Amino acid sequence: MSIFVNQDTRLLVQGITGKEGQFHTLQCLEYGTRVVAGVTPGKAGQEVAGISVFHTVHDAVQETGANASMIFVPPPFAADAILEAADAGVDLIICITEGIPIHDMLRVRRALQGSSSRLIGPNCPGIITPGVCKIGIMPAHIHRPGSIGVISRSGTLTYELVDQLTKAGLGQSTCIGIGGDPVNGTGFIDCLAAFAKDEQTTGIVMLGEIGGTAEEAAAVFIQEKVDKPVVGFIAGLTAPPGRQMGHAGAIISGSRGSATAKIAALEKSGVHVYQELGQLGAFCAKTFAT
Amino acid sequence: MKLHEYQAKELFSRYGLPIPEGWLAKTPEKAMEHVGRRGFPIAIKAQVHAGGRGKSGGILLASNMEDAYKAVYSIHGMRLRTPQTVGEGPTVNKLLLEKGVDIDREFYLSIVPDSSTGSLLIIASAEGGMDIEEVAATHPEKILQVQVDPVMGLQEYQKRRVAYALGLTGELFASFATLLAGLYQAVLENDLLLAEINPLALTVDGDFFLIDAKAKVDSNALFRQRKIAAQYDSSEEDPLELEAQRHGLNYIRLHGNIGTIVNGAGLAMASMDIIQQAGAEPANFLDVGGGANEDMIEHGFQILLSDPHVKAILINIFGGILRCDILATGVVNAARKTGLQLPVVVRMEGTNAEQGRKILAESGLDLITATDLNDAATKIQELCLT
Repeated sequence: MSIFVNQDTRLLVQGITGKEGQFHTLQCLEYGTRVVAGVTPGKAGQEVAGISVFHTVHDAVQETGANASMIFVPPPFAADAILEAADAGVDLIICITEGIPIHDMLRVRRALQGSSSRLIGPNCPGIITPGVCKIGIMPAHIHRPGSIGVISRSGTLTYELVDQLTKAGLGQSTCIGIGGDPVNGTGFIDCLAAFAKDEQTTGIVMLGEIGGTAEEAAAVFIQEKVDKPVVGFIAGLTAPPGRQMGHAGAIISGSRGSATAKIAALEKSGVHVYQELGQLGAFCAKTFAT
Repeated sequence: MKLHEYQAKELFSRYGLPIPEGWLAKTPEKAMEHVGRRGFPIAIKAQVHAGGRGKSGGILLASNMEDAYKAVYSIHGMRLRTPQTVGEGPTVNKLLLEKGVDIDREFYLSIVPDSSTGSLLIIASAEGGMDIEEVAATHPEKILQVQVDPVMGLQEYQKRRVAYALGLTGELFASFATLLAGLYQAVLENDLLLAEINPLALTVDGDFFLIDAKAKVDSNALFRQRKIAAQYDSSEEDPLELEAQRHGLNYIRLHGNIGTIVNGAGLAMASMDIIQQAGAEPANFLDVGGGANEDMIEHGFQILLSDPHVKAILINIFGGILRCDILATGVVNAARKTGLQLPVVVRMEGTNAEQGRKILAESGLDLITATDLNDAATKIQELCLT
């Protein structure tokens, strides 16, 4: 098995007619993802790579039975796109868009509480179950099917790790980028809980970074609820306080969010923290073998 | 995006928040004109994007002409170093002059979007005027935090909770509740990441005044906050960071001597860490993003080369959507155009990495190719030792 996506995932793409939307729709199709519909308001009746475009998510879901959505809508309209997908009953919403205002995301997060929809992102690379389903912008060819679950706040850093895992002979069950924004949907804890239950997954790697307290909260959860081995890495040891390092969430403010605090919290919970990124794949191979 | 105190006060006053009478002066002469006309006591306040101004000599109170003259001329033009500034601190080129008020009590009040609870968090304390981080560390019981649901909005009982915690009852409760509602509205309508009043003063006559005010606007929301965006004062920003912004590059200048060019923020931070683990210090954070093209790589190079501290450069690219062969061509062209003299370690992996490495090898340029991250770290280390 895998988490959140599998061979039954039927994907619709919001913002399918844009440049990014088109390009990545094709990449997902090529990988074997079942892309069943596209949505761009005002463009119903058009086709992208043979996929029908609808005005609204409700229409697309009704006509095609889509149960997941990948969002490439520009930031001013992205929060609305997420709400639309949730209202249409889409189970899994993956928002790739970067730069959504935080006040929009506060309202979205509140609106999704109690809803049956799961949001991944925004500002994330997406999710992939190697060999089965890719929803997002990650380079597919570095992945291999296997038993390691990967959770990360960053895009290329995840690719770096996955490439090393594959080269070290460790395939992946599912890799999820939860995004670099301070207010997002699915967090470390949701993913850890799912991986802990997933039979295919035998080990978990979590890539954190400075800012916020999500890693600290995850550490507590791991100690109490996860009995699979977890390897951790935190980016940003050298980042100075008060400067936002690219991701809107990557900022050390006051006593909150430093890399050393996160590393200490994870180590205390029994996570195998390893900070030499160049040898992280090899370290995982060693750790998960025992 | 940070606002100056006078801009934040102007913004909050539009929501009915009471601010002391004040005048902005860009020159000491103008400042003295205001002093002559307005009388005493008068506060002379440096307008820079940093907290801790009072303790650093950036805010002075004058009760006569002579003191005012000394204060104006000592603050205007000074480089203000506070615990929140970097290096020598920004140069003060704007002064806010404010009529003094007769303060009885001082409070702390702020509203921030809180990512961990998904709420708008009201933080209040009767210990106003203090460094709130310090109060939080030493006397957490003196700080009240109230989570406001962003969909429901600020409720009456929440206003009561905050007011009573601050010891405000009767008429004071009513005027404070109005003030709090105004501040909440200002946060919502202007996409603020921070609205902070410290101190909020209560005068002996029972009136509230915002003695200091800070506001930070979500840069991602500037598309719908055009008026605020137009108020942005970039004079305190690092010139190289401004140059990078113009080219769509996410660059932050640091103090080390190994420059970095990386795609992706997480990998960029991790690359900085690798440099430190190799025994050197990163000169910058630079994320060229997933959609980087040849031009952006070239501008990135130029910015790094403009920093005299940079002695070597590490390029670390994991090609996903950004293909390594395209990147390599960009690097080679940029290196030729800029007449590159510094050692450059290039590590690329991912899409078309082999072709990329071949382009670098055949360019005739003196680029140091690293086979993986480990190798890159070793090569940086070797450069540092020589």
